[in-house]
Amino acid sequence: MASTQFIDLADLADRIPDGAFVALPPDYSNVPMALTHALLRRPVRDLRLLCVPTSGIQADLLIGAGAVASIECAAVSLGEQGPAPRFTAAVVADRLTVIDSTCPAIHAALQASEKGLPFMPLRGILGSDILQHRPDWKVMDNPFAEGPDPIVLLPALQPDLAIFHARWADRQGNVWLGRRRELMTMAHAARRSFVTVEAFFDGDLLAEDELAAGTLPGIYVDAVALAPRGAWPMGLADLYAPDTAHLAGYARQARTEDGFRAYMAANHLEPSLVG
Amino acid sequence: MSADAPAWRREELLIAVLARLLDGVEHVAVGASSPIPGAAALLQRALSKGAMRVSVLGSRRHNPFTEGGRELFDCAAQGRIGAFFLGGGEIDGEANINLVGMGDYPRLDVRFPGSFGSAYLYMLVPRVILFREEHSRRVFVPKVNFVSAPGTSDPGVYRPGGPHALVTGMACFDFDRTRRRFSLASVHPGHDAAGVAAETGFDYDVPSAVPETAPPPPEWLELLRGRIAGELAETYPKFASTVFGASAAA
Repeated sequence: MASTQFIDLADLADRIPDGAFVALPPDYSNVPMALTHALLRRPVRDLRLLCVPTSGIQADLLIGAGAVASIECAAVSLGEQGPAPRFTAAVVADRLTVIDSTCPAIHAALQASEKGLPFMPLRGILGSDILQHRPDWKVMDNPFAEGPDPIVLLPALQPDLAIFHARWADRQGNVWLGRRRELMTMAHAARRSFVTVEAFFDGDLLAEDELAAGTLPGIYVDAVALAPRGAWPMGLADLYAPDTAHLAGYARQARTEDGFRAYMAANHLEPSLVG
Repeated sequence: MSADAPAWRREELLIAVLARLLDGVEHVAVGASSPIPGAAALLQRALSKGAMRVSVLGSRRHNPFTEGGRELFDCAAQGRIGAFFLGGGEIDGEANINLVGMGDYPRLDVRFPGSFGSAYLYMLVPRVILFREEHSRRVFVPKVNFVSAPGTSDPGVYRPGGPHALVTGMACFDFDRTRRRFSLASVHPGHDAAGVAAETGFDYDVPSAVPETAPPPPEWLELLRGRIAGELAETYPKFASTVFGASAAA
Protein backbone atom coordinates (compact mmCIF):
# COMPACT_ATOMS: atom_id res chain seq x y z
CA MET A 1 0.00 0.00 0.00
CA ALA A 2 1.23 3.45 -0.90
CA SER A 3 2.28 5.74 1.89
CA THR A 4 -0.13 8.28 3.34
CA GLN A 5 -0.45 11.53 1.43
CA PHE A 6 -0.51 14.89 3.17
CA ILE A 7 -2.64 17.39 1.27
CA ASP A 8 -4.77 20.43 2.01
CA LEU A 9 -8.44 20.36 2.93
CA ALA A 10 -9.82 21.46 -0.47
CA ASP A 11 -7.69 18.79 -2.20
CA LEU A 12 -9.01 16.18 0.21
CA ALA A 13 -12.59 17.19 -0.62
CA ASP A 14 -11.79 17.05 -4.35
CA ARG A 15 -10.67 13.43 -4.01
CA ILE A 16 -14.08 12.29 -2.77
CA PRO A 17 -15.87 11.33 -5.98
CA ASP A 18 -19.51 12.14 -6.64
CA GLY A 19 -21.54 8.99 -6.01
CA ALA A 20 -19.08 7.56 -3.46
CA PHE A 21 -20.27 5.22 -0.70
CA VAL A 22 -18.97 7.10 2.35
CA ALA A 23 -18.92 6.01 6.00
CA LEU A 24 -19.56 8.79 8.56
CA PRO A 25 -18.97 8.72 12.32
CA PRO A 26 -21.67 9.40 14.92
CA ASP A 27 -21.98 12.82 16.57
CA TYR A 28 -20.01 11.81 19.67
CA SER A 29 -17.07 10.60 17.63
CA ASN A 30 -14.75 12.90 15.65
CA VAL A 31 -17.14 14.25 13.01
CA PRO A 32 -15.18 15.74 10.06
CA MET A 33 -17.21 18.94 9.77
CA ALA A 34 -14.52 21.07 8.12
CA LEU A 35 -14.24 18.43 5.37
CA THR A 36 -18.04 18.37 5.08
CA HIS A 37 -18.04 22.14 4.64
CA ALA A 38 -15.37 21.80 1.92
CA LEU A 39 -17.53 19.14 0.20
CA LEU A 40 -20.53 21.48 0.29
CA ARG A 41 -18.51 24.32 -1.27
CA ARG A 42 -17.35 22.05 -4.09
CA PRO A 43 -20.30 21.01 -4.31
CA VAL A 44 -20.35 17.19 -4.09
CA ARG A 45 -23.27 15.20 -5.53
CA ASP A 46 -25.03 11.80 -5.21
CA LEU A 47 -23.20 10.57 -2.12
CA ARG A 48 -24.34 7.28 -0.64
CA LEU A 49 -23.94 7.77 3.09
CA LEU A 50 -23.36 5.02 5.64
CA CYS A 51 -23.84 6.35 9.18
CA VAL A 52 -21.81 4.41 11.74
CA PRO A 53 -24.36 3.98 13.10
CA THR A 54 -26.12 7.38 13.31
CA SER A 55 -25.51 10.93 12.16
CA GLY A 56 -26.64 14.44 13.00
CA ILE A 57 -25.85 17.82 11.47
CA GLN A 58 -23.26 16.34 9.09
CA ALA A 59 -25.79 14.17 7.23
CA ASP A 60 -28.52 16.78 7.59
CA LEU A 61 -26.40 19.47 5.90
CA LEU A 62 -25.41 17.17 3.03
CA ILE A 63 -29.02 16.05 2.54
CA GLY A 64 -30.35 19.61 2.69
CA ALA A 65 -27.82 20.73 0.08
CA GLY A 66 -28.99 18.00 -2.30
CA ALA A 67 -25.68 16.13 -2.11
CA VAL A 68 -27.07 12.74 -1.03
CA ALA A 69 -28.66 10.00 -3.12
CA SER A 70 -29.16 7.49 -0.31
CA ILE A 71 -28.44 7.00 3.36
CA GLU A 72 -28.09 3.79 5.37
CA CYS A 73 -28.48 4.55 9.06
CA ALA A 74 -29.86 3.50 12.41
CA ALA A 75 -31.07 7.07 12.95
CA VAL A 76 -30.49 10.68 11.95
CA SER A 77 -31.13 13.16 14.75
CA LEU A 78 -29.77 16.38 16.21
CA GLY A 79 -29.93 14.78 19.67
CA GLU A 80 -30.95 17.23 22.35
CA GLN A 81 -31.65 19.85 19.65
CA GLY A 82 -34.42 17.68 18.21
CA PRO A 83 -35.11 15.98 14.86
CA ALA A 84 -32.79 16.44 11.88
CA PRO A 85 -35.01 18.81 9.87
CA ARG A 86 -33.61 18.42 6.34
CA PHE A 87 -33.45 14.61 6.66
CA THR A 88 -37.07 14.53 7.83
CA ALA A 89 -38.22 16.90 5.07
CA ALA A 90 -36.39 14.93 2.36
CA VAL A 91 -37.99 11.63 3.46
CA VAL A 92 -41.50 13.08 3.58
CA ALA A 93 -40.98 14.72 0.15
CA ASP A 94 -39.73 11.35 -1.18
CA ARG A 95 -36.44 12.91 -2.30
CA LEU A 96 -34.13 10.55 -0.40
CA THR A 97 -33.67 6.79 -0.32
CA VAL A 98 -33.35 5.67 3.30
CA ILE A 99 -32.06 2.21 4.08
CA ASP A 100 -33.23 1.75 7.66
CA SER A 101 -30.90 -0.28 9.82
CA THR A 102 -30.12 -0.73 13.49
CA CYS A 103 -26.90 0.25 15.29
CA PRO A 104 -25.38 -3.18 15.98
CA ALA A 105 -26.15 -4.35 12.41
CA ILE A 106 -24.01 -1.56 10.96
CA HIS A 107 -21.18 -2.26 13.38
CA ALA A 108 -21.35 -6.00 12.69
CA ALA A 109 -21.52 -5.66 8.89
CA LEU A 110 -18.40 -3.47 9.00
CA GLN A 111 -16.70 -6.07 11.16
CA ALA A 112 -17.42 -8.64 8.46
CA SER A 113 -15.47 -6.48 5.98
CA GLU A 114 -12.76 -5.94 8.58
CA LYS A 115 -12.34 -9.71 8.73
CA GLY A 116 -12.69 -10.23 4.99
CA LEU A 117 -15.86 -12.25 5.57
CA PRO A 118 -18.93 -12.22 3.29
CA PHE A 119 -21.41 -11.84 6.16
CA MET A 120 -21.87 -11.65 9.90
CA PRO A 121 -24.63 -13.23 11.99
CA LEU A 122 -26.45 -11.12 14.57
CA ARG A 123 -28.88 -11.76 17.45
CA GLY A 124 -32.06 -9.76 17.90
CA ILE A 125 -33.89 -7.96 15.04
CA LEU A 126 -36.25 -10.91 14.35
CA GLY A 127 -39.85 -9.70 14.20
CA SER A 128 -38.85 -6.14 13.37
CA ASP A 129 -40.18 -4.40 10.26
CA ILE A 130 -36.58 -3.30 9.65
CA LEU A 131 -35.76 -6.91 8.79
CA GLN A 132 -39.02 -7.15 6.79
CA HIS A 133 -37.82 -4.28 4.55
CA ARG A 134 -34.23 -5.54 4.12
CA PRO A 135 -34.26 -8.14 1.35
CA ASP A 136 -30.45 -8.14 1.58
CA TRP A 137 -30.63 -9.55 5.12
CA LYS A 138 -31.26 -13.28 5.48
CA VAL A 139 -32.52 -15.50 8.27
CA MET A 140 -31.25 -19.03 8.79
CA ASP A 141 -31.23 -21.52 11.63
CA ASN A 142 -28.11 -21.57 13.74
CA PRO A 143 -26.32 -24.64 12.31
CA PHE A 144 -24.82 -25.45 15.71
CA ALA A 145 -28.12 -25.55 17.62
CA GLU A 146 -29.99 -28.76 18.49
CA GLY A 147 -33.36 -27.41 17.41
CA PRO A 148 -34.64 -24.41 15.45
CA ASP A 149 -32.78 -21.21 16.37
CA PRO A 150 -33.34 -18.49 13.76
CA ILE A 151 -30.54 -15.95 13.43
CA VAL A 152 -30.07 -12.97 11.09
CA LEU A 153 -27.21 -12.85 8.55
CA LEU A 154 -25.97 -9.45 7.36
CA PRO A 155 -23.89 -9.02 4.20
CA ALA A 156 -20.56 -7.28 4.76
CA LEU A 157 -20.54 -3.51 4.33
CA GLN A 158 -17.49 -2.17 2.51
CA PRO A 159 -17.60 1.62 2.07
CA ASP A 160 -15.55 3.23 -0.69
CA LEU A 161 -14.35 5.72 1.87
CA ALA A 162 -14.28 6.37 5.58
CA ILE A 163 -13.97 10.03 6.57
CA PHE A 164 -13.37 11.34 10.08
CA HIS A 165 -11.52 13.91 12.14
CA ALA A 166 -8.81 13.18 14.71
CA ARG A 167 -6.58 14.95 17.16
CA TRP A 168 -3.22 14.02 15.66
CA ALA A 169 -1.52 12.39 12.70
CA ASP A 170 2.20 11.77 12.67
CA ARG A 171 4.41 12.04 9.59
CA GLN A 172 4.06 8.29 8.92
CA GLY A 173 0.30 8.70 8.55
CA ASN A 174 -0.56 7.07 11.88
CA VAL A 175 -3.65 8.71 13.37
CA TRP A 176 -4.50 8.94 17.07
CA LEU A 177 -8.16 8.19 17.87
CA GLY A 178 -8.05 7.45 21.58
CA ARG A 179 -11.05 5.41 22.66
CA ARG A 180 -13.08 6.07 19.51
CA ARG A 181 -12.52 2.64 18.12
CA GLU A 182 -15.61 2.57 15.85
CA LEU A 183 -13.41 4.76 13.66
CA MET A 184 -10.80 2.01 13.55
CA THR A 185 -13.45 -0.48 12.42
CA MET A 186 -14.63 2.01 9.79
CA ALA A 187 -11.10 2.50 8.50
CA HIS A 188 -10.34 -1.24 8.52
CA ALA A 189 -13.55 -1.97 6.60
CA ALA A 190 -13.41 0.84 4.02
CA ARG A 191 -11.35 0.72 0.83
CA ARG A 192 -9.80 4.09 1.71
CA SER A 193 -9.77 6.50 4.64
CA PHE A 194 -9.42 10.27 4.48
CA VAL A 195 -8.71 11.96 7.78
CA THR A 196 -8.57 15.57 8.96
CA VAL A 197 -6.54 16.38 12.06
CA GLU A 198 -6.26 19.12 14.64
CA ALA A 199 -2.47 19.04 14.50
CA PHE A 200 0.54 17.06 13.35
CA PHE A 201 2.25 15.00 16.03
CA ASP A 202 5.96 15.57 16.25
CA GLY A 203 7.21 12.01 16.65
CA ASP A 204 5.95 8.45 16.15
CA LEU A 205 2.48 7.66 17.54
CA LEU A 206 3.35 3.96 17.55
CA ALA A 207 6.55 4.36 19.56
CA GLU A 208 5.03 4.12 23.04
CA ASP A 209 2.21 1.81 24.20
CA GLU A 210 0.23 4.64 25.82
CA LEU A 211 -0.42 6.33 22.48
CA ALA A 212 -0.09 3.27 20.22
CA ALA A 213 -3.13 1.59 21.85
CA GLY A 214 -5.35 4.39 20.55
CA THR A 215 -3.62 4.77 17.19
CA LEU A 216 -4.89 3.77 13.77
CA PRO A 217 -1.83 2.64 11.80
CA GLY A 218 -1.03 4.55 8.61
CA ILE A 219 -1.59 1.30 6.65
CA TYR A 220 -5.28 2.24 6.65
CA VAL A 221 -4.88 5.99 6.09
CA ASP A 222 -4.74 7.19 2.50
CA ALA A 223 -4.71 10.95 2.95
CA VAL A 224 -4.53 13.46 5.78
CA ALA A 225 -5.33 17.18 5.81
CA LEU A 226 -4.78 19.68 8.57
CA ALA A 227 -8.04 21.22 9.90
CA PRO A 228 -7.73 22.93 13.29
CA ARG A 229 -11.10 22.86 15.11
CA GLY A 230 -12.15 20.61 12.24
CA ALA A 231 -15.07 19.05 14.13
CA TRP A 232 -16.77 22.41 14.84
CA PRO A 233 -19.68 22.93 15.52
CA MET A 234 -19.43 19.40 16.91
CA GLY A 235 -16.95 18.79 19.71
CA LEU A 236 -13.76 16.77 19.90
CA ALA A 237 -13.15 14.63 23.00
CA ASP A 238 -11.37 16.65 25.70
CA LEU A 239 -10.25 19.42 23.35
CA TYR A 240 -13.47 21.35 22.76
CA ALA A 241 -17.17 20.90 23.45
CA PRO A 242 -19.94 21.05 20.85
CA ASP A 243 -21.06 24.62 20.09
CA THR A 244 -24.57 24.12 21.41
CA ALA A 245 -25.67 27.70 20.62
CA HIS A 246 -24.69 27.22 16.97
CA LEU A 247 -26.36 23.79 16.83
CA ALA A 248 -29.56 25.18 18.37
CA GLY A 249 -29.51 27.97 15.77
CA TYR A 250 -29.11 25.40 12.99
CA ALA A 251 -31.95 23.25 14.35
CA ARG A 252 -34.21 26.32 14.36
CA GLN A 253 -33.21 27.73 10.96
CA ALA A 254 -33.16 24.43 9.08
CA ARG A 255 -36.82 23.75 9.88
CA THR A 256 -37.69 25.54 6.63
CA GLU A 257 -36.05 25.35 3.21
CA ASP A 258 -35.58 29.14 3.21
CA GLY A 259 -34.06 29.07 6.68
CA PHE A 260 -31.69 26.31 5.60
CA ARG A 261 -30.58 28.32 2.56
CA ALA A 262 -30.02 31.35 4.75
CA TYR A 263 -27.87 29.20 7.09
CA MET A 264 -25.85 27.91 4.14
CA ALA A 265 -25.34 31.44 2.80
CA ALA A 266 -24.40 32.85 6.19
CA ASN A 267 -21.82 30.09 6.63
CA HIS A 268 -20.44 30.34 3.05
CA LEU A 269 -21.32 26.72 2.36
CA GLU A 270 -22.74 26.44 -1.11
CA PRO A 271 -22.72 29.47 -3.36
CA SER A 272 -24.61 27.57 -6.08
CA LEU A 273 -27.63 27.08 -3.83
CA VAL A 274 -27.99 30.73 -2.93
CA GLY A 275 -26.40 32.46 -5.97
CA MET B 1 -52.76 27.43 46.04
CA SER B 2 -48.97 27.71 46.18
CA ALA B 3 -48.95 26.15 49.66
CA ASP B 4 -50.41 22.98 48.12
CA ALA B 5 -48.04 22.89 45.14
CA PRO B 6 -45.76 19.84 45.19
CA ALA B 7 -42.17 20.30 46.33
CA TRP B 8 -40.95 18.57 43.18
CA ARG B 9 -41.07 19.21 39.46
CA ARG B 10 -42.79 16.88 36.99
CA GLU B 11 -39.41 15.77 35.61
CA GLU B 12 -38.20 14.93 39.12
CA LEU B 13 -41.21 12.69 39.72
CA LEU B 14 -40.55 10.81 36.47
CA ILE B 15 -36.86 10.46 37.29
CA ALA B 16 -37.79 8.97 40.68
CA VAL B 17 -40.26 6.54 39.09
CA LEU B 18 -37.66 5.31 36.59
CA ALA B 19 -34.96 5.11 39.28
CA ARG B 20 -37.16 2.76 41.37
CA LEU B 21 -37.54 0.46 38.38
CA LEU B 22 -33.74 0.09 38.24
CA ASP B 23 -33.47 -1.15 41.82
CA GLY B 24 -31.15 -4.16 42.04
CA VAL B 25 -29.78 -3.91 38.49
CA GLU B 26 -25.99 -4.30 38.28
CA HIS B 27 -25.41 -2.46 35.01
CA VAL B 28 -27.83 -0.08 33.33
CA ALA B 29 -27.18 1.51 29.95
CA VAL B 30 -28.88 4.66 28.69
CA GLY B 31 -29.16 5.50 25.01
CA ALA B 32 -29.31 8.67 22.97
CA SER B 33 -31.60 11.62 23.72
CA SER B 34 -32.71 10.32 27.13
CA PRO B 35 -32.11 12.96 29.81
CA ILE B 36 -34.81 11.71 32.23
CA PRO B 37 -33.71 8.04 32.02
CA GLY B 38 -30.10 9.22 32.22
CA ALA B 39 -30.85 11.16 35.40
CA ALA B 40 -32.72 8.14 36.82
CA ALA B 41 -29.74 5.85 36.20
CA LEU B 42 -27.29 8.32 37.72
CA LEU B 43 -29.62 8.74 40.74
CA GLN B 44 -29.94 5.00 41.30
CA ARG B 45 -26.17 4.65 40.99
CA ALA B 46 -25.73 7.29 43.69
CA LEU B 47 -28.29 5.51 45.90
CA SER B 48 -26.60 2.13 45.33
CA LYS B 49 -23.38 3.56 46.75
CA GLY B 50 -21.30 2.17 43.93
CA ALA B 51 -23.03 -1.24 43.55
CA MET B 52 -24.54 -0.26 40.19
CA ARG B 53 -22.69 0.60 37.00
CA VAL B 54 -24.14 3.12 34.55
CA SER B 55 -23.21 3.63 30.90
CA VAL B 56 -24.59 6.79 29.33
CA LEU B 57 -24.19 6.70 25.57
CA GLY B 58 -22.67 9.92 24.27
CA SER B 59 -21.03 10.71 27.60
CA ARG B 60 -17.30 10.66 28.12
CA ARG B 61 -17.24 10.66 31.91
CA HIS B 62 -20.13 8.23 32.44
CA ASN B 63 -19.38 5.73 29.71
CA PRO B 64 -16.78 3.01 30.26
CA PHE B 65 -16.56 1.63 26.73
CA THR B 66 -13.19 1.58 24.98
CA GLU B 67 -14.00 -0.77 22.10
CA GLY B 68 -16.13 1.63 20.07
CA GLY B 69 -19.84 1.90 19.47
CA ARG B 70 -20.26 -1.85 19.12
CA GLU B 71 -19.20 -2.61 22.68
CA LEU B 72 -22.55 -1.73 24.26
CA PHE B 73 -24.29 -4.14 21.88
CA ASP B 74 -21.79 -6.93 22.39
CA CYS B 75 -22.17 -6.45 26.15
CA ALA B 76 -25.95 -6.70 25.84
CA ALA B 77 -25.77 -9.90 23.79
CA GLN B 78 -23.59 -11.46 26.49
CA GLY B 79 -26.08 -10.54 29.21
CA ARG B 80 -23.82 -7.94 30.80
CA ILE B 81 -26.48 -5.20 30.70
CA GLY B 82 -29.42 -5.58 33.07
CA ALA B 83 -31.61 -2.65 32.07
CA PHE B 84 -32.10 -0.24 29.20
CA PHE B 85 -34.66 2.42 28.25
CA LEU B 86 -36.57 2.71 25.00
CA GLY B 87 -39.16 5.19 23.78
CA GLY B 88 -41.26 5.40 20.67
CA GLY B 89 -43.08 7.76 18.38
CA GLU B 90 -45.80 5.15 18.74
CA ILE B 91 -46.22 2.34 21.28
CA ASP B 92 -49.01 -0.23 21.10
CA GLY B 93 -50.77 -2.55 23.54
CA GLU B 94 -48.42 -5.46 22.76
CA ALA B 95 -45.44 -3.21 23.58
CA ASN B 96 -44.31 -2.90 19.95
CA ILE B 97 -42.47 0.38 19.40
CA ASN B 98 -42.17 2.56 16.31
CA LEU B 99 -39.18 4.86 15.93
CA VAL B 100 -39.30 5.12 12.13
CA GLY B 101 -42.45 6.97 11.11
CA MET B 102 -46.08 6.98 10.07
CA GLY B 103 -47.55 6.24 6.68
CA ASP B 104 -46.93 3.60 4.06
CA TYR B 105 -43.24 2.71 4.42
CA PRO B 106 -40.95 3.86 2.85
CA ARG B 107 -43.12 6.77 1.58
CA LEU B 108 -43.82 8.07 5.05
CA ASP B 109 -46.07 11.00 5.95
CA VAL B 110 -44.19 11.56 9.20
CA ARG B 111 -40.57 10.55 9.70
CA PHE B 112 -38.99 9.88 13.09
CA PRO B 113 -35.18 9.70 13.54
CA GLY B 114 -34.84 5.91 13.20
CA SER B 115 -34.71 2.72 15.21
CA PHE B 116 -31.24 3.22 16.78
CA GLY B 117 -30.35 -0.08 18.51
CA SER B 118 -33.91 -0.90 19.59
CA ALA B 119 -34.48 -3.92 17.33
CA TYR B 120 -31.56 -5.60 19.06
CA LEU B 121 -31.50 -4.34 22.66
CA TYR B 122 -35.25 -4.96 23.16
CA MET B 123 -34.60 -8.65 22.45
CA LEU B 124 -31.49 -9.04 24.61
CA VAL B 125 -31.71 -6.76 27.68
CA PRO B 126 -33.77 -8.44 30.45
CA ARG B 127 -35.38 -5.32 31.91
CA VAL B 128 -36.32 -2.83 29.19
CA ILE B 129 -38.23 0.15 30.52
CA LEU B 130 -40.41 1.96 28.02
CA PHE B 131 -40.57 5.68 28.65
CA ARG B 132 -42.58 8.29 26.80
CA GLU B 133 -43.52 11.55 28.47
CA GLU B 134 -46.35 12.46 26.11
CA HIS B 135 -49.39 10.38 27.02
CA SER B 136 -51.89 10.64 24.20
CA ARG B 137 -53.77 8.53 21.68
CA ARG B 138 -51.30 9.82 19.10
CA VAL B 139 -48.53 7.89 20.88
CA PHE B 140 -50.40 4.98 22.53
CA VAL B 141 -52.08 3.37 19.56
CA PRO B 142 -53.89 0.04 18.99
CA LYS B 143 -51.21 -1.03 16.46
CA VAL B 144 -47.98 0.77 15.50
CA ASN B 145 -47.43 1.77 11.85
CA PHE B 146 -43.92 0.31 11.78
CA VAL B 147 -42.42 -2.19 14.20
CA SER B 148 -38.94 -0.87 14.98
CA ALA B 149 -38.73 -3.51 17.67
CA PRO B 150 -41.35 -6.11 18.64
CA GLY B 151 -42.66 -6.26 22.22
CA THR B 152 -42.92 -10.04 22.21
CA SER B 153 -41.57 -12.92 20.15
CA ASP B 154 -42.76 -16.32 19.09
CA PRO B 155 -41.56 -19.40 20.99
CA GLY B 156 -38.26 -20.64 19.59
CA VAL B 157 -36.85 -17.15 19.02
CA TYR B 158 -33.87 -16.44 21.27
CA ARG B 159 -35.14 -13.65 23.47
CA PRO B 160 -33.85 -13.18 27.02
CA GLY B 161 -34.94 -9.53 26.91
CA GLY B 162 -38.12 -7.51 26.65
CA PRO B 163 -40.47 -4.95 28.16
CA HIS B 164 -40.65 -4.69 31.94
CA ALA B 165 -42.70 -1.52 32.47
CA LEU B 166 -44.05 1.55 30.70
CA VAL B 167 -43.75 4.98 32.28
CA THR B 168 -45.54 8.03 30.86
CA GLY B 169 -46.27 11.57 31.97
CA MET B 170 -49.53 10.28 33.51
CA ALA B 171 -48.98 6.76 34.79
CA CYS B 172 -46.94 3.57 35.19
CA PHE B 173 -47.86 0.24 33.63
CA ASP B 174 -46.50 -3.28 34.14
CA PHE B 175 -46.17 -5.62 31.17
CA ASP B 176 -47.00 -9.34 31.23
CA ARG B 177 -44.91 -11.00 28.50
CA THR B 178 -46.95 -14.22 28.53
CA ARG B 179 -50.28 -12.45 28.17
CA ARG B 180 -48.75 -9.75 25.89
CA ARG B 181 -50.63 -7.10 27.82
CA PHE B 182 -50.08 -4.02 29.97
CA SER B 183 -51.76 -3.40 33.32
CA LEU B 184 -52.04 -0.04 35.06
CA ALA B 185 -49.69 -0.03 38.07
CA SER B 186 -50.04 3.54 39.39
CA VAL B 187 -51.27 6.96 38.32
CA HIS B 188 -49.19 10.08 38.91
CA PRO B 189 -50.45 12.80 41.28
CA GLY B 190 -52.82 15.14 39.47
CA HIS B 191 -54.18 12.41 37.17
CA ASP B 192 -56.72 9.61 37.55
CA ALA B 193 -57.45 6.22 35.97
CA ALA B 194 -60.29 7.62 33.86
CA GLY B 195 -58.03 10.34 32.48
CA VAL B 196 -55.40 7.73 31.60
CA ALA B 197 -58.00 5.62 29.80
CA ALA B 198 -59.19 8.63 27.82
CA GLU B 199 -55.68 9.25 26.48
CA THR B 200 -54.69 5.61 25.79
CA GLY B 201 -55.54 4.05 22.44
CA PHE B 202 -54.97 0.41 23.44
CA ASP B 203 -56.65 -1.94 25.94
CA TYR B 204 -54.97 -2.81 29.21
CA ASP B 205 -55.89 -4.28 32.59
CA VAL B 206 -56.98 -2.03 35.43
CA PRO B 207 -56.91 -3.30 39.03
CA SER B 208 -59.89 -2.49 41.26
CA ALA B 209 -57.87 0.06 43.23
CA VAL B 210 -55.17 2.01 41.37
CA PRO B 211 -52.50 3.48 43.66
CA GLU B 212 -51.07 6.97 43.26
CA THR B 213 -47.43 7.08 42.11
CA ALA B 214 -45.17 7.79 45.10
CA PRO B 215 -43.45 11.19 44.98
CA PRO B 216 -39.66 11.53 45.17
CA PRO B 217 -38.38 11.51 48.78
CA PRO B 218 -36.63 14.74 49.91
CA GLU B 219 -33.20 13.09 50.03
CA TRP B 220 -33.57 12.00 46.40
CA LEU B 221 -34.48 15.55 45.42
CA GLU B 222 -31.43 16.86 47.19
CA LEU B 223 -29.21 14.39 45.32
CA LEU B 224 -30.89 15.20 42.01
CA ARG B 225 -30.56 18.95 42.32
CA GLY B 226 -26.96 18.74 43.40
CA ARG B 227 -24.68 15.92 42.33
CA ILE B 228 -26.88 14.33 39.64
CA ALA B 229 -27.65 17.66 37.94
CA GLY B 230 -23.92 18.29 37.59
CA GLU B 231 -23.24 14.78 36.27
CA LEU B 232 -26.09 15.06 33.78
CA ALA B 233 -25.01 18.47 32.43
CA GLU B 234 -22.05 16.93 30.61
CA THR B 235 -24.32 14.98 28.22
CA TYR B 236 -27.57 16.96 28.51
CA PRO B 237 -26.60 20.60 29.09
CA LYS B 238 -29.94 21.98 27.90
CA PHE B 239 -32.02 19.69 30.13
CA ALA B 240 -29.79 20.14 33.18
CA SER B 241 -29.91 23.91 32.94
CA THR B 242 -33.67 24.07 32.25
CA VAL B 243 -34.76 21.64 34.97
CA PHE B 244 -32.08 22.06 37.61
CA GLY B 245 -30.37 25.33 36.64
CA ALA B 246 -27.15 23.31 36.54
CA SER B 247 -24.04 23.50 34.39
CA ALA B 248 -21.38 20.81 33.96
CA ALA B 249 -19.69 20.26 37.32
CA ALA B 250 -16.34 18.75 38.11
